[in-house]
Amino acid sequence: MTLRSLPLLIWSLLLGSLALLVLGVCVGSTGFENLIGPLLQPQADPAATVMAHQIVFDIRLPRTLGAWAAGALLGLAGAVAQGLFRNPLADPYLLGSASGASLGVALVLAVLGGGAGMLGDSMMNGGAAVGVFSGSVLVRLGLTGAAFVGAVLAVLLTLALSRGVQHTLRLLLAGVVVGVVLGAATQMVLLFSPDSLQAMQAFMLGSTVFVGWTACLLMVGVWAVCVLAGCLLGRVLDGLSLGEATAHSLGLPLGSLRIALVAVLALATGTAVAQTGLIAFVGLAAPHLVRSVIKTTHGHLMLLASLMGGALLMAADTLARWLIAPQELPVGVLTAVLGGGYLLWLMRRNSRSFTGGQA
Amino acid sequence: MTSAAPFIAIEASNIRASIGKTEILHGISLSLPQGRWTSIVGPNGAGKSTLLKVIAGLLPHSGTVKLLGQDLHSLPNRTRARQLAWLGQNESSGDDLTVWDVALLGRLPHQAWLAGPSPQDLAAAETALKATQAWDWRHRSLGQLSGGERQRVLLARALAVQAQVLLMDEPLANLDPPHQADWLGVVRCLLETGVTVVSVLHEISMALHADEMVIMASGRITHQGACANPETHRALEAVFDHRLTIHPLAKQWVALPN
Repeated sequence: MTLRSLPLLIWSLLLGSLALLVLGVCVGSTGFENLIGPLLQPQADPAATVMAHQIVFDIRLPRTLGAWAAGALLGLAGAVAQGLFRNPLADPYLLGSASGASLGVALVLAVLGGGAGMLGDSMMNGGAAVGVFSGSVLVRLGLTGAAFVGAVLAVLLTLALSRGVQHTLRLLLAGVVVGVVLGAATQMVLLFSPDSLQAMQAFMLGSTVFVGWTACLLMVGVWAVCVLAGCLLGRVLDGLSLGEATAHSLGLPLGSLRIALVAVLALATGTAVAQTGLIAFVGLAAPHLVRSVIKTTHGHLMLLASLMGGALLMAADTLARWLIAPQELPVGVLTAVLGGGYLLWLMRRNSRSFTGGQA
Repeated sequence: MTSAAPFIAIEASNIRASIGKTEILHGISLSLPQGRWTSIVGPNGAGKSTLLKVIAGLLPHSGTVKLLGQDLHSLPNRTRARQLAWLGQNESSGDDLTVWDVALLGRLPHQAWLAGPSPQDLAAAETALKATQAWDWRHRSLGQLSGGERQRVLLARALAVQAQVLLMDEPLANLDPPHQADWLGVVRCLLETGVTVVSVLHEISMALHADEMVIMASGRITHQGACANPETHRALEAVFDHRLTIHPLAKQWVALPN
């Protein structure tokens, strides 16, 4: 497929996302129920229309749109990470943002003490792990803020350890070190605060259950900013894909542009993680799915990967609600299983792109 | 310090460069004439690629490099990039980019940050791809090409810059003999338009087609002179321990192993 297929792919992803959105608002704890009909024909059964309106606009629409936005942020961050590190197996959490967010959440849960217990009580909702994302607004705000601040601080620590962004390998290694150390610190915090374990587990598995309109609009806003910045910075990644020396020879100020790319990566990942927890594989799989159907520049790839990520997470979220209704699977488990399986298949099919052309 | 004469494209003075703690270049000074082709040759580890990278502003070093009379490091990035094009050795692949995307990257130094390619950019990329006979694959991704085909696309990317100075490190890698001859044709066309070409080459017979030759060994220049000059031939034979000899053949010079 060539560049000429780009509009076709964009429209396919947009229409697919729209179809998934309609499906998503119709799937709940009772499985599939047609809520669109009562909304379109309010005069037929006014009581059913009021109920449908409430369910759709207060719960399912923000949740489903939120799933799309979180997936879009992770897909975009995945494309940035893979371009920046020139590694097809790079994912958005590579700079330590996941472990930083986890540590932030673990610390708040440990400090809250009783709050953590309260969250633990509401841990399982119809089988769904939701603890961290439920509770009072203040507790949620604290946890969301802690996740975001933790993610951003972890990225800053990575940057400090790698002494800037000039050396990609050093940045990558610093990210691994920060990830491991903060992961260990999280475990240490949990060891002294066993009440937080269940709630922490919910965060680690990821969930969109309690994404409301505020979180949804925040994610969409951040996505719009990041996708615009990403598309503008796409040419930098194109240049970098031909090597550092070539990118430098093309007059690209690599230092400042790398900082901008890391900022996009940290903002997109931190925002998604803060609202939905750690959702695995979307950021890794979305760019690969796009590359398997089209070869294009990083500017286009970032847009397409975010659309693909949004569609993927929306589909996984709907499936998580549907598969064992009235219970619900943690969406992170589903994305890990499906995404991992898909990547394994992709690696077997096309080993060249996973070995830097060495295979 | 006096400014360089206008007919000097590149002037390097007392260049020292290290990789890690090992000094690779030991105080090199050289002047490369404008509008001429200079080939840099020498045995493995002589410091040829390091010297070329220093001239391109890609490696930290001591000493000064002047590009067209101006201190290289005082030039803004984009100005330098418009004046000096670079084709590196074993450039990373960028497998997902199409051939057309790669050629257009050569026009980055000419484009405003938020602007797309202008008609001049499109024309330059097309001319470069046609010059390297890569135009027919413009819709294919780089990952679908062979090593030689890929090398021609990367050369097109460097040509698309339309710089006054073109530096090439091992540009003939992966090229078969007919395409090596085509590369020679491209270089001659560039010289006719006044472009200065500097290339590091291991193919000594091809390097002898250049106007000037810089011969290096152990991080130092052992000789610089015209390729047709017998002294250059003797220096070339000496730097390779007399394991090759330069012979005239059909109005050309060829290096044959002894």
